[in-house]
Amino acid sequence: MPEKPVRHAKPIAVPPVAQSAKEPVLPLRINGKAFFHNGDPDMPLLWYLRDVLRLTGTKYGCGIGYCGACTVLVDGKAQRACLTPARAVSGHEVTTIEGLAGNSELHPLQQAWIDEDVAQCGYCQAGQIMAAADLLRTTPHPSDDDISKITNLCRCGTYPRIRKAILRAADAMKK
Amino acid sequence: MQNYSRRRFLFVSAAASGALLVGWRGARAQALPYLGAREEAQALGAFVRIEKNGDVIIGARATEIGQGVKTSLPMLIAEELDVDWNRVRVEQLPYGYIDTDKGPSNKYGDQGAGGSDNIPSAWKELREAGATARALLVQAAANKWDLPKENLRTSSGQVIAPDGRTLGYGDLVEAAAALDPPKEPPPLKSPEQFTIIGKPTKTVDAADIVTGRAQFGIDAYLADALIAVILRCPQLDGTVDKLDDAEARKVPGVKDVFMIAGPKPDEPIDGALANGVVVLAENTWAALKGREKLKVEWKAGPWAAESNSALAAKANELLDKDADAVPVRKDGDFAKAYKSASSKHEARYEMPFLAHATMETPGALVQVQKDKALLIASLQTPSRASQTISNLTGIARKDIEIRLTRAGGGFGRRLKNDFVAEAVQVAAKTNGRPVKLIWTREDDLRHDFYRPFGVHAMRAGLDKKKKVIAWSHRCAATPRNYRDSGMKSAPLYIGCIEPQDFPAGLVANLDKTFFPIASGMPRGWWRGPIHTFHAFAVQSFIDELAIASKQDAVQLRLDMLGPARKLQFGAPDDSGYDTGRLAGVLQLAADKIGWKEKRSDGHGIGIACHFTFGGYCAHAFEVSVQGKDLVFHRAVCAVDVGRPVNPLGLEAQMIGGTIDGISTALNLAITVKDGQVQQHNFPDYPLLRMAQAPKNVEVHIVESTEDPSGAGEIGIPSVAPALANAIYAASTVRIRKLPMMPELLRLL
Repeated sequence: MPEKPVRHAKPIAVPPVAQSAKEPVLPLRINGKAFFHNGDPDMPLLWYLRDVLRLTGTKYGCGIGYCGACTVLVDGKAQRACLTPARAVSGHEVTTIEGLAGNSELHPLQQAWIDEDVAQCGYCQAGQIMAAADLLRTTPHPSDDDISKITNLCRCGTYPRIRKAILRAADAMKK
Repeated sequence: MQNYSRRRFLFVSAAASGALLVGWRGARAQALPYLGAREEAQALGAFVRIEKNGDVIIGARATEIGQGVKTSLPMLIAEELDVDWNRVRVEQLPYGYIDTDKGPSNKYGDQGAGGSDNIPSAWKELREAGATARALLVQAAANKWDLPKENLRTSSGQVIAPDGRTLGYGDLVEAAAALDPPKEPPPLKSPEQFTIIGKPTKTVDAADIVTGRAQFGIDAYLADALIAVILRCPQLDGTVDKLDDAEARKVPGVKDVFMIAGPKPDEPIDGALANGVVVLAENTWAALKGREKLKVEWKAGPWAAESNSALAAKANELLDKDADAVPVRKDGDFAKAYKSASSKHEARYEMPFLAHATMETPGALVQVQKDKALLIASLQTPSRASQTISNLTGIARKDIEIRLTRAGGGFGRRLKNDFVAEAVQVAAKTNGRPVKLIWTREDDLRHDFYRPFGVHAMRAGLDKKKKVIAWSHRCAATPRNYRDSGMKSAPLYIGCIEPQDFPAGLVANLDKTFFPIASGMPRGWWRGPIHTFHAFAVQSFIDELAIASKQDAVQLRLDMLGPARKLQFGAPDDSGYDTGRLAGVLQLAADKIGWKEKRSDGHGIGIACHFTFGGYCAHAFEVSVQGKDLVFHRAVCAVDVGRPVNPLGLEAQMIGGTIDGISTALNLAITVKDGQVQQHNFPDYPLLRMAQAPKNVEVHIVESTEDPSGAGEIGIPSVAPALANAIYAASTVRIRKLPMMPELLRLL
C-alpha cells in the first residue's frame, strides 16, 4: 500500500543538540515554536513552511510577491513568504494561518470568514485572512478604502464577502 | 474488530446510462476506505455511513473546484435521509472506478466537474440514494418494534413510532445494513417537506479552509517524494535543440535532469502539452534553482510566425471574403431579407485568447509501481486522469487509486490532465519513488489550453416597424475543436458559435457560419465556454441595434423573445430553453437597476442576458468613466436556476461569476507573438484586485419550482456585454474588442 500523505508534521519543540560546525543551522520561530533550518538559507520561507514543515496553509500563487496567496505575518506585519528568504526571518516571529488563532480555537477573522461564508475554492483565503489581520492591527476600524488596500488576488471573486467578513471581525474585536 | 467479510454493502450508484442502479455487491472494508472502514460505523450504501452515536457521514462524490458541490450534493442525500444537517460530516470520496460486465463504470456516478451538470445529474439520483438509506433504517425499526413500516415516520435522524417511541439512526444502522434494499427507489419527499434543500448552507470545509487545514492537490506530500519542475519549450510545438544541464546538476538537492516528450505537431494533445526538460530534486526550491541553471536552445516549431495581429488579420480577411465557410445554421433566407430590410446594421467584435489562471496552479503527486499507481491531485475529470495513467503505464484502471482533494479553482483548466501525464512520464524514471510535479505561475500562463481567439461579424436587418427580420452571425476563430481525440466526431465550430443560441428560432431569416483559422495555440474549455465567447457579441450587438433604431434595449430583447415558450436547445429531448424565463431575469435585472430612471452626472446603465447550461441570468451595471478610471456604482445580477439547492452558495457563485466576468472583460488577454505566448505572470495577466471590483454585487434569485440547474458558469456570460453597454451609456464609447480597458483608453 502507498504511504499516507504526511499532514502537519509535528514541529520540533526543542533545539536539536550538538549541531556540527560544518552544518550551520538557522534558528527560526514559527507560530511560537523554535525550528532550526539546516538547508539553503536562501530557501524562500514559503517552501520551507510547505516542503519542510508541511505547514501547507500558506499557498503558492505566483512566486513574485504579487498575488498574496503566501501571505504570513512577520512580527505581526503581513509579508509575502514566496519572496522572503528563510534567513531574513531568523530572529523574527513568523505567524502562519495555522498559528493565527494562538491559543484560541479561531481568530475573530477566521470566525467572520466562516460566518460570511467567504470561501469558494478557498485557495487564496488563508493569505486574505493574514492580510486582513495586518490591516486590523494597524486600522482597527477600517473604511472601505482601507480594506481596498489589500492587494491579494482572488480568482473566484469573493471580494464582497471578504469586505463583509473584515468589518464583522473588526466589530467582534471591538467588543 | 468486526468481521467485514460477511458484511454486504448496499450499492447505490448511477449506471453509465444515467439510470439508477440499486443492488447488492460484496464489499471488503478496504474497498470503501472512506465510508466503510471504521469499526464503530456502518455503511448504508455508497454515500452514507452512520456512527453508533448517530453522527452521519456523507460522502461527497464530485470534484470541488469552488462551485460548492462538496456542500450541495451531500445536502441532497441528507434531505432524503432525513437527518439534522448539523450532525452531518461530509467526507470527500475518492475516485470510484469499477469494472463491470458492461465495461468501466463508477460506483459513485459522475464525479467530474464540467458543463455545470453536477446538480442536475445528482438531483434525482442522490436524493434516491438518501431515501434508500432512510427506507432501510425505517424497515429496521419496523422489525424491531414489530410494526408496519408505513406507520413509522422519520425526523432529524430518528425513526418515530405512532405512540411516540423513537429510535436513533445510530441504534438501527447495524440491523439496517443487514437488510435487503427496496426493489424500487422509495418515494421522495415533496418540496414542502424539505428541511435542508433551499436553506442557506455554509461551505462544509469553511473551518478547514480558514485554519489552513483544507487539503488541496498541491498540499499532498508523500514521504520520500521527489519534486519535479519542467522547463517547457516556449515555442508552440517547438523542441529541445541543445541541452546543457551541467550547472543545474550542481545545485545541491537536484537529483536528476532529463528530457520529456510532448506531442508531435499533428498529434492530439492527450498527454503532456509540450516538449521540455525535467529537473527532479529533493525540494521545490532546489528544483526551481536547478531549472534556472538549465541552458537550453530551442528549435522553433511550425508556428514560429504566429501572432495575434496575423490571426486578427486572417479572421477579418476570411469574413470579408466569405471564404472557407463552415455552415452552422440557416433559417429562411437571410440574404433576401437583409436586402429588403429598411435599416441595416453591422459590427464586428474581437475576442482574445484567455488563460484559466486557477489560483492553484496545475500539478500532481503520483506514485507508479509495477502493477499499481496512486494519484493525488486537483482534478475536474478523475475518470480521464485514470484513463491517461492507464494509457501511459499499462496499469489496469482498477489498480489506479485516485484521491480527490479540493481544487484551487478549475474554470475548465483541469478538464485536461496534461499535468497528470507529465507527472507519470517523470515517475517512469524514479523506480517507484513518488513524484510531486509543481507548476509555477509562469508555466501555467504560458502552457494552457486557452479559450479560443476569434472575431464575430454581426449583421441585422430591421423592417419598417423596427422588427428584426434578418440576423447573421459569422464567427472566424481558432476552433476549440483542435487536436482533441475526444472531439473527433464533433463539428469544427463547437465551442465558438452555438447554432441554437439566441436569437435562433426567434428571427425568421437567420444565418450562422463559422470560419476556422489555423493556429498552434492549444485550446480548451474556459468557464461557460461558448457562452462567454459569443454572448459578448450577441448582447452588445442587440444594444447597438436598439440605439441605432431608437428602441428601448430591454424592450427590444423582450419583443424578440416574444411569448413564453420552450425552444429546443441541445438534443430534442433536452429540457430546452424557456424564452419566458430569460425574459423574466432580464425584466428583474432591469427593475432592480432602475432601468427607466434617467441617469445624470455621467452615469450610464447597461444590461444583458443569457441562457447557459439550463439556467438564466441577466446583469445590469451602473458605471461612470472618470478620467482614465472606470467606476462601478452598482452591479446587479438576476438569476433563475430553478429551485435553488443552496441559496447561499448560489449567491456566492453569482457574486463570483460577476467579478470574474468583470476581471476578465476589463483586463485579461493572452497574446501570441513569434509563436510564443507573451504573458508571464500576474503583472501582465492582471486579475482584478479588490480595489477595482464593485464593493457589492446585488444578487436577485428567482423563486422557482423547476428542477435545479447548475450555477457554476451562468454568472459570467452576460457580464461583459452588460458592462460594454453601460460604458457606452456613460461615455458613448462603444467597445467592440476585449479586453475593455485598453480599448476604452484608446477610444476615449
